[in-house]
Amino acid sequence: MISKERASRIYLTMHRIRGFEEQVVSLFESNKLRGSVHLCIGQEAIAATVCSNLTEKDYITSTHRGHGHCIAKGARLDYAMAELMGKATGYCKGRGGSMHIADFETGNLGANAIVGGGIPIAVGAALASKMQKRKEVAVSFFGDGASNEGIFHEALNLASLWKVPVIFVCENNGYGISVPAWQSTSVEDISVRAVSYNMPGVTVDGNDVEAIDEAFRAALERARAGEGPTLIECKTYRWLGHWTGDPQPYRTREEIESWKEKCPIKRYGEKLLEQGFTAEELEQLSQQAKKEVEEAVDFALNSPLPDEGKILEDVFYEEA
Amino acid sequence: MSKKTYAIAIRDVIAQEMRRDENVFIMGEDIEILGGIFGCTRDLYKEFGTERVRNTPISEAGFIGAGLGAACAGMRPIVELMYMDFTLVAMDQIINQVAKTRYIFGGRAKIPLVIRGQQGIGRGNAATHSQSMETIFMHFPGLKVACPSTPQDAAGLLRTAIRDDNPVMFFEHKALYADKGEVNDDPEFMLPFGKADIKREGTDVTIVANLLYVKRALEAAKELESIGISAEVIDPMTLVPFDKETVVNSVKKTGRLVVVHEAHRNAGWGAEVAAMVTEEAFRYLDAPPLRLGALACPLPFALNLENAATPQVADIVQAARQVCYR
Repeated sequence: MISKERASRIYLTMHRIRGFEEQVVSLFESNKLRGSVHLCIGQEAIAATVCSNLTEKDYITSTHRGHGHCIAKGARLDYAMAELMGKATGYCKGRGGSMHIADFETGNLGANAIVGGGIPIAVGAALASKMQKRKEVAVSFFGDGASNEGIFHEALNLASLWKVPVIFVCENNGYGISVPAWQSTSVEDISVRAVSYNMPGVTVDGNDVEAIDEAFRAALERARAGEGPTLIECKTYRWLGHWTGDPQPYRTREEIESWKEKCPIKRYGEKLLEQGFTAEELEQLSQQAKKEVEEAVDFALNSPLPDEGKILEDVFYEEA
Repeated sequence: MSKKTYAIAIRDVIAQEMRRDENVFIMGEDIEILGGIFGCTRDLYKEFGTERVRNTPISEAGFIGAGLGAACAGMRPIVELMYMDFTLVAMDQIINQVAKTRYIFGGRAKIPLVIRGQQGIGRGNAATHSQSMETIFMHFPGLKVACPSTPQDAAGLLRTAIRDDNPVMFFEHKALYADKGEVNDDPEFMLPFGKADIKREGTDVTIVANLLYVKRALEAAKELESIGISAEVIDPMTLVPFDKETVVNSVKKTGRLVVVHEAHRNAGWGAEVAAMVTEEAFRYLDAPPLRLGALACPLPFALNLENAATPQVADIVQAARQVCYR
């Protein structure tokens, strides 16, 4: 059961992510933002729900489609937007951009532009937590495509052998760029791959907050009890192209529209109304998100570019 | 001081550092009961247990990535690779992840991670298990690169590597593991990175070499002495950071440079040193800098072919004579 406080937080987070990304599209189209930008509109429930169960000390690793994870884990929208615009005030001082955004202070060990690249890093963070006898867990978000990378298999095997507190959250949106799952992935449900590594695997509706929450809380309990990792596959869909300029010849308008019907925000809003939230309360949350996003855009637009004179700083850590 | 092998010098430093800091741990293939195939972790599990002396599956990319994650989360992992050639199956984790994490995330992360292991010729391991890998890791910013040539250097540089808050690629040489030498046992003994060691002073030619080739360069220097050529032999100790000053000053004195390494000659790190010296000390040079390195073929198995593919002492002597016009 999701408490009222957490339910509001999840709903607000989903709106923050959606609003943030809608602004990213608009900034991109008006040439105020450049680079490889991958959007998760339609997939917001997963990041929002999973991270609502974590503290700032828990770790996540994320993907090239990582704005949602970053925001859900607690990043400030203004610093995040500034990073996407390559500004000095961004989380990574404009060096990372959309595909390499991290916020170590909220436990976000980084978006990772190499498919599957972050998965073993989460295992290592969980190993550190276990060796230092801390209670923190690590969550690795990745897509369906990553489950075909060797590193996915190496990381799951290690995590299971070492029984480290890590939860693997696969966001299966059905496509690796243009290639549909049936052409790339030998199993229909990626969760069955957990069997090979002797851990539980579960598939849930990735657009259903409550279903994600139930599966994630079971995995969290297992991780915190020292029983090891779980693989959770969340079936979902990205509404937009793989990247901002994707012409999308590989799927039909009907398919996209049918998934828009399953909008996770709309669905959860309806659920919350049934559970006693008022329409005003929900509207207030969506307005709050809208305002935060607008402020973030202003902040980013008005932020300075990074100083070229500092380009060689931070390649290495140096004692002060 | 005590006399010990290069392999035991390494093991002893790992043990001392693990005693000093409980966040230091080591993981790798066959490092527990077997003690690593060269004995660099022999018996460590008995003192520190199998959590901190952690056997891994054969998943180099996986456990290097886990090392990075553990380093980001407060541990100081040492990852042992059985052969440094195996970095090639983990290149994404090393180059895209380990090397870049601090910089691309705006300098917010410290990555106290050592990736160490042996490489090179000498045991008939052939093409995929005899390569010299250090040049590759100099090319991508974000990694420090250390190459000890003696037991004492191995001890001093490894302690520095473990205490560094940056990722360090630590290259040992399989043909040096049994070499014995005096080693400073002080648990605080460290050799600084970026400080070359003049292994032999000389006035006529500067020979820069690393790992096994420091020994071979010293042998060549002896032969050169007998024909009246005084060779200065410099071990850079770390390739990143590189002690340009010591090498350039030496060439300003001798006017001649030979760089010799086991890594392939083409685009090997010797080319970088030759270019650096040419840029910095051109008017002091009395001859073009020469580079010696492995031929442009995969390292062959047969001993005579392996020898033919790699610089021999006679080749170093010949190169030094050539730049001295003698």
